[in-house]
Amino acid sequence: MTARAGAASAEGTAGIRVVGVSVDLGGRRVLTDVSLDVRPGEFAGLLGPNGAGKTTLLRTILGLLAPGAGTVRIDGARPADVRASVGYVPQRHAFAWDFPITVEEAVLTGRTARIGWMRRPRAADYRAAGEALARVGMTELRRRPVGELSGGQRQRVLVARALALDPTTLLLDEPFTGLDMPTQELLTELFAQLAAEGRAVLMTTHDIAAAVHECSRLCLLNGRVIADGAAARLPVDAWMRAFDVRAGNPLLRVVAAAPEVPHALTR
Amino acid sequence: MLSPADFLADLLNPDLAFLPKALAVAMMSSLICGVIGSYVVLRGMAFIGDAVAHAVFPGLAVAFVLQGSLVLGGAVAGVLTAVLVAAFSQNRRLKEDSVIGVFFVAAFALGIVVISSAPGYAGSLQQFLFGSITGIPDEDVLVVAAAGLVLLTVVFLLHKEFVLVTLDRETARAAGLPVFALDGALYVMVAVAIVISIQTIGNILVLALLITPAAAARLLTDRLPVMMTLAPLIGSASALVGLYLSWSLDLPVGGMIVLVATAVFLAAWLFGPRHGLVARRVGARRRPAVAAQA
Repeated sequence: MTARAGAASAEGTAGIRVVGVSVDLGGRRVLTDVSLDVRPGEFAGLLGPNGAGKTTLLRTILGLLAPGAGTVRIDGARPADVRASVGYVPQRHAFAWDFPITVEEAVLTGRTARIGWMRRPRAADYRAAGEALARVGMTELRRRPVGELSGGQRQRVLVARALALDPTTLLLDEPFTGLDMPTQELLTELFAQLAAEGRAVLMTTHDIAAAVHECSRLCLLNGRVIADGAAARLPVDAWMRAFDVRAGNPLLRVVAAAPEVPHALTR
Repeated sequence: MLSPADFLADLLNPDLAFLPKALAVAMMSSLICGVIGSYVVLRGMAFIGDAVAHAVFPGLAVAFVLQGSLVLGGAVAGVLTAVLVAAFSQNRRLKEDSVIGVFFVAAFALGIVVISSAPGYAGSLQQFLFGSITGIPDEDVLVVAAAGLVLLTVVFLLHKEFVLVTLDRETARAAGLPVFALDGALYVMVAVAIVISIQTIGNILVLALLITPAAAARLLTDRLPVMMTLAPLIGSASALVGLYLSWSLDLPVGGMIVLVATAVFLAAWLFGPRHGLVARRVGARRRPAVAAQA
């Protein structure tokens, strides 16, 4: 699989570009003047406490929420115009796992934006789904009903579904929640690889240790961007402000152990 | 009791012309309900189905009082309520079931008030609520067939979209699908399926045609295409057997169709190949033995 970022990157517009975005939800300001760039090749982590607006920012980048101010561009275009090149992995509980559908059929639904209205999947769609399944190591389970999968396998199906579009941009909402360590390692490695192939990857997570060690970039969010950069370069007081914790909090020890070069860049 | 051969003879008897008409309408509507009902069961919309069934009642009542087309009246009322429910449910503060609870009882109440103003309303009320096999006009057979054809065409064209919206709404939105419009389309389809089924089976029992065959089919398979084939088969077979039993034993037709479908559901629950009670019991007894061998 190759990311099709070539044309856009020549003009320097490839990747996710969020500029001065403010979002109100139900009369309450959730995001204020948020700016964030994720370039192709970056594996960025979006961190913040509950209610910080992580999912809201993700939904705004997807074009599901209209910002009150500011702009969102993906590969230089508005989100609604590049749906077929944005892969989205929702939180695992958002998917109806009791639905009578096989792994392969579930992954094929990821092609919807490309297949178009009232059309059936073609050979190319099955091929893309097959490649995506191979990518996450689920080829052998492709005929299995999704309801029979474990939590880790389910997460891999959701990732494969997003990859079925061969996206230039990948948005991941809490992909590690409730997963065991081996599955988490397998997925972070995959995300880092996907970024290395020239995709812009943005992930929200509560798993600070994993983000600090694996992401090439971190963005600390709490209604607004508190800090943005490589984990080792983020000042301790930014973490304290973003997560509203005092000195001595165990979180800060995790953060202090940030490697100079994230693992994602050393593989 | 009438033998199946006698039943066939009655079906062909010109003096009993209403009988084949009733059979055609009952089988067509249960076939359509089986297909649409598969979505209803998978989305956990059974309560919405019940709501729509009640909601068509004021339309039927108005059409009856004005002596207009019952199918048209019911469809307008059902669709109107369905759209209202879909619109009010977009408000996150109120769960869908509460919104439905408000609207469907209100619609039913309106129907009762309207129909009570018609002379001799007790008899027609009974017919609306419990269905009847006599007195189905010829044009209704055509209306049911045409409506069924339209519904099945829409299902064929929009199946992929309905599946994605059911699987996960956020990703469906991200893919650019108009989730609200698709919800509305599905509600309208449920309303139409119910209206065309009400004549034979009645307003109170129609929900069974939508839910029971699809639920039985779900117990028998983990494959969606198989489920959407089995459900209409179970539904129309139940209609055929139910009408035969009703005719030969002189029992109410709506009740018999529903009881036959329920018997199929219970059989699927007990003897289903993977999820049936018996299969699970046997599986549970076998598994320790396998473990011991390993």
